[in-house]
Parts: sequence; structure tokens; C-alpha cells
Amino acid sequence: MNLLLDGIAWILDPANWTGVGSIPERIAQHLAISATVLVISALIALPIGTLVGHTGRGKELVVTVSGGLRALPTLGLLTLLALWLGIGLQAPIIALVVLALPPLLAGAYSGLESVDRRTVDAARAMGMREGQIIGKVEVPLGMPIIVGGIRSATLQIIATATLAAYIADDGLGRFIFAGLKTRDYAEMLGGSILVILLALAIDGLFAIIQRLVVPAGVRATRTRELRSRPPRPRAVVGRPITEGNPE
Amino acid sequence: MNWLWSNLDLVGELMLTHLALSVPAIILSFVISVPIGWIAHRYRWSRGVLLSLCGLLYAIPSLALLIALPIVTGQRTTSPINLVIALTLYGIAVIVRTAADAFDAVEPDVRQSATAIGYSAAGRFWGVELPLAGPVLLSGLRVVIVSTVSLATIGAVIGVQSLGSLFTDGLQRGIQAEIITGIVATMVLAIGLDWASVAIGRMLMPWWRPSAAERRRTLDRVERVDAA
Amino acid sequence: MIEFRGVTKQFPDGTVAVAGVDIVVPPRKTTVFVGSSGSGKTTLLRMINRMVDPTAGQVLIDGTDVATLEPVGLRRGIGYVMQNSGLLPHRKVIDNVATVPLLRGEKKAVAHARALELLDTVGLDRSLADKYPSQLSGGQQQRVGVARGLAVDPNILLMDEPFGAVDPIVRAELQQELLRLQGELGKTVVFVTHDIDEAFLLGDQVVIMQHGGQISQAASPAEILANPADDFVADFVGANRGKRALHLTEVDGRRIVVDDDGRPAGVLAS
Repeated sequence: MNLLLDGIAWILDPANWTGVGSIPERIAQHLAISATVLVISALIALPIGTLVGHTGRGKELVVTVSGGLRALPTLGLLTLLALWLGIGLQAPIIALVVLALPPLLAGAYSGLESVDRRTVDAARAMGMREGQIIGKVEVPLGMPIIVGGIRSATLQIIATATLAAYIADDGLGRFIFAGLKTRDYAEMLGGSILVILLALAIDGLFAIIQRLVVPAGVRATRTRELRSRPPRPRAVVGRPITEGNPE
Repeated sequence: MNWLWSNLDLVGELMLTHLALSVPAIILSFVISVPIGWIAHRYRWSRGVLLSLCGLLYAIPSLALLIALPIVTGQRTTSPINLVIALTLYGIAVIVRTAADAFDAVEPDVRQSATAIGYSAAGRFWGVELPLAGPVLLSGLRVVIVSTVSLATIGAVIGVQSLGSLFTDGLQRGIQAEIITGIVATMVLAIGLDWASVAIGRMLMPWWRPSAAERRRTLDRVERVDAA
Repeated sequence: MIEFRGVTKQFPDGTVAVAGVDIVVPPRKTTVFVGSSGSGKTTLLRMINRMVDPTAGQVLIDGTDVATLEPVGLRRGIGYVMQNSGLLPHRKVIDNVATVPLLRGEKKAVAHARALELLDTVGLDRSLADKYPSQLSGGQQQRVGVARGLAVDPNILLMDEPFGAVDPIVRAELQQELLRLQGELGKTVVFVTHDIDEAFLLGDQVVIMQHGGQISQAASPAEILANPADDFVADFVGANRGKRALHLTEVDGRRIVVDDDGRPAGVLAS
């Protein structure tokens, strides 16, 4: 328990809250790098995932590629990129973007896929254009799962941004590696606790957002379902329409 | 390539070390998660609590967990046991949810007819529920295999030997081949263990025929664990 | 008037859903396509608003080949009611009813006012306007579906097994409502069902489809019962058995109509 107290004492030490490389500065760096990565990867993955989910085409490819990306050890990718690109933020940012793509893609396409095919069919039969079907029906209804993907990607980014400090002088991971070098366990632990708190806070924030984006009418169904049925995996919500050929 | 030929011994040794770290973690997390998942499935009140705990655990950054764990376990941060415990915890965080889903997916009719023909509660678990939940449990295990093998490399940055050591060493000495070897070796291990798990699954569940659709669903589950 | 000319639909996997269909759907009447599953009835219906395009032949609305029309605009001008209502679960009843007028660019106030009137038309209380579909009963949802189908005051109303998923009592109610509505509005209704009783009740013209997407007979219910085209039709409508094979018997001096099993069906009015 002494160790824990040391770590907390390190966090509370006023000396660590001012100057170059202070706790607030490291937190700001950590958040900035995470946000940058999230924006870049979302710009790449969400449109692709949305299209795949809407058309149902290219899913095999996306699943295979993101499965492969997942087996790729992040540290390996990070060090290899660092060797190519040198010390600095470039390597971690690219490695983190690669990391964040699979959950974002998965969230987007399974979000759209989860929408009942009959609802989509009805929207089309009413005369919605494909873009309107995506924007007014599939995205709002799939939003909780899409946000789930963003949540999961963000967590991975924040966690791995800690590793970024191995390559660049940036983020909360800096405390861990600095402490490692000087054998200062209190600093390592303090840095770790800060990273954990940051991750949990962001995760909590996303948990709230995920609740808020459940469309009102769907919320009404869910509570009713919960009362009448045992929880079942809802892997496949939509049912393919066998008659007709949606273009 | 030259680097690889002259360092085959090292790579082989690190692969074994890597296996020694990840296999115990994979097995432990599976053995621990199945009963927890069953409790989450069986007792409604526990479900929310258990799954939220797993979600929290999953949210903790691995490097930070490796450093913070010794406060609880008393191990040194650089000890392999510390890494195995951390990997086990992540494995549990993933499998418990899948296990709860797997038991949920057993048809209530099947369960009731098992009771009706005279299975005891324990007999029903071993003879009916566990085998029927098997394929989904296996899909959860496969997710954990891939993530554990990959995650085990992280230990290298704080000094736990594994295939990850090829990354840190390769970076310091500027040897690209070493890093690439490490990446390939890690992925080979992950895929090899994945195949092994499927082979064992076939042996234990001879009635189970993984169809193309089911393979796709397994891949899908990998994705969905993230989005969940 | 809707006209099918030599219409065939073969799906890419080789299944023929509709094979060389020629049929005229008269205006302001109800035409019911009836058949078991796989008879191509839904495919035929979906060709009218180009949810399905035929692989051969033409579908004409008032003489215009629909293939020459832009699908989205075409669909916005045709009412469509489907099984399970197909309502958007994340929108309130009133927004669901007003969806198509809003898509067409109508002002929200106008569209909402009209939507409220439509709730009256289909016999729903206006207080339901702010509910979500999941808060309504199955029968209420179907009524909302009909109101939505009528929202742009279309000449054509397509109904794809609209009452298939509700219980028999509610179904009977909805059938009567549809008859009443049709009496007031006089739309060209194309209705798909697998229930021959529903077809005979609602249809001015009943089109009996058989497996493989061919028409066995198209005529009024009375003609079909009087002159079934072949054994398939006779068997399908049950003309020679059960409750359609009625006999007269005399009980206490009154003439009673009984069915094939001897169960009384009614009294012969004189």
C-alpha cells in the first residue's frame, strides 16, 4: 500500500503541476494526440463503414483486413514506423490511426446492418433516395452501435498513446518511461494512475453519450422488451428481404 | 534475411517465452470467465454489475495496468507473472461477455426438456448447456487468443522478455529485419494458436460443423466485441 | 389503370418469380393478388413502384412504362403499406405519416395538419400523434401505415399483406375499415395476400397466382366461385368443400344453409 501512497503523493506534489512537462501539459498533449488520431481515423473509417453497411458489399474484405490489422502487434508497428520516420509524432500517429480503423469500421457497418431490413425497405418504397435512407433512417437507428465503435477506438487510442511516449516526448506515457529510466516507481505509478483515470473518465463520458443517442422510439421498445423477454444476443437484427431487388 | 538466419536461436527462444506468457493467460482467463459468464446469464441482478466491471477492466490501458498491478499482487513490474496476470485480466474482460451471451443463446426449450427428462442441475450444465454454448465460447476464446498474443509484446517496454523484445531491441539498434521478424513471429503464433483452438474445438464438439456462415460470424464477433 | 404486359422476373440465382404475366388492374377498384408464398405476388406488386424491375415485359401506369420514370419520384407518388407497417421506429406517429409530404418539400405545418386529418380518416385518435410506433398496438400501427400510404393523396395504393401480422379479430376490423375507406376514397388499390377469404372480401378483381409466378385466373370473386378455371383454382378457393360448399336443408319449415361438414352457415332469406 505504501507504493500506492507514493504514487498518489507524486501526483499531488505541486512541483509536478507547473513548468515544462507538468501534469496538465502532459494531459493536454495526450488528449491532443488522441483527438488528432480519432479525427483522422474517423474521416477514413466512418464513410467506408457506412457504405459497406448500407450496400452490404465489400464486407468480407473489410472484415478480413480489419481482422488482420488487429493481429498486428501495435508495438511492432510503432517501432517499425519510428525506424522509418524517425523520432517524433509522425510514427505514433500513423500507428494509432491503423489501430483505430478496425473498431470504427466495425461500429459503422454493424450499426447500419443492425437496422431492420424491413424498415429500410419501407423507406425506399416511400421514395427516399439512397442518401436519405442512410441519413434519415440507418444512421440515426444505428447510432448507438456507431458510437460504440467510436468509444472502443477512443479507448484504444488513449491506451496506446501512452506507448507513443516511447518514440516521442509526448503525452502521459512520458512519466512512465522517465520513471522507468530513473527507477522512480512513484513517478511511473503516478503516470499510470493518471492514464487509467483519463481512460475511465473518457469511457464514462462515452457511456453517457451512447445512452443519449438511442433514438427515443427505440428506447420505448427496449424497455418493453426487457420486461417481456430474457436478454438475447442481438447480433443480427435485420432480416434479409427475399423478394425484390433493392438497387 | 541475414539477420534472421544468424539469430534463429534467439527468435525460437523468444517464441517459446512468448508462448509461456500467453498460453497460461489464455487458459486461465477462459477457465475463470466461463463460470462468471454463467452467473451473469443465470442471475439477472449480477449481469449488469459483472459486465460493467469487465467493461471498466477492458478500458484500463495495458501499460498502466502492468505498472499499477504490483500494488495489489506484490510482484515486481518486470516479473513474467505480473504480465500473465494482466493478460489474464484482459482475457476475462473479453470472454465473460461472450460467455454470458453464449449461455443466453441456449434455447430455453432445450433446457426445459433436459430438465423434464431428468437431468440434475449440475448434469444439465455439463451435459447440455456447456456443450451447446461451446461454439460461441470458442469464438470468444479465439478473439482472446489473437489479442493476448499481440498484447504480450507490450511487456517488452518495461523489461519483460517476449517477442516484443525484438521490437525494442530492433529500434534501439536500428535493425529493421529484427522488428519485421518480431511482427511476423507474433502473427504466426496468434494464427497457430487460433488454429489449435479450432482443432481442439472440433475434437471436443464432434457434432459442430463450422459453416461458412459461422466462420463469418466468428470474424464478426471479433469486430463486435469492440463495438459492444 | 395499371397494365402488366408479358412481365417476367428472373432473379440472378435463376429463380423465376414471375413468368409472362399479362393483367390489367382497373382504376378505382381493388385488385387482390392471392397465392401461396413463392407465387410471385409480392414481386408483381413491387414492380409497380419499381422496387423490382422486370427482366422482360412492361408495367404501364396510365399508358406510361414505369421503366421510363425516375424510381424515387414514382415511389413518392404511390402509397405503399406493408406487413409490420414498416414505420420508422425513431419517429413519432405524426412524423411517420408526414414523411413523404416532407420528402416532397411540403411545409412542415401543412404536412402535420394533413397528417392529423389522416389519423381521423383511418380511425385513430389524434392523441396518438405524439407516440412512437413501438408504443402502439399492432392494429394501430397498421392504421398508421395506411395513413402514411394515403399522405400524398395518391391515386394508387399498394398493400403488401398489410394485415398479415395482426390477430384475427383486429384483422377483421381492419378489413372493414379498408372497405369503408375504399368506398369513400375510390383509390386504385393493389392488395397482396395469401388468405383467399381476405381476397374475396376485399377484391373487386381477384387474381389467383400459382407457384412459379403464373396467373391461374383473374376475375370477380363470384365468377371464380361459379367457374373456377381449373382444378388448382377450385382447390385453392375450396369451392367444393368446407364452408364454401353450401347446401340447403329444411328445418322446421325454414330453409337453412349448411356447409360441407353440416354446420349451419345461415338462413336463406326469401
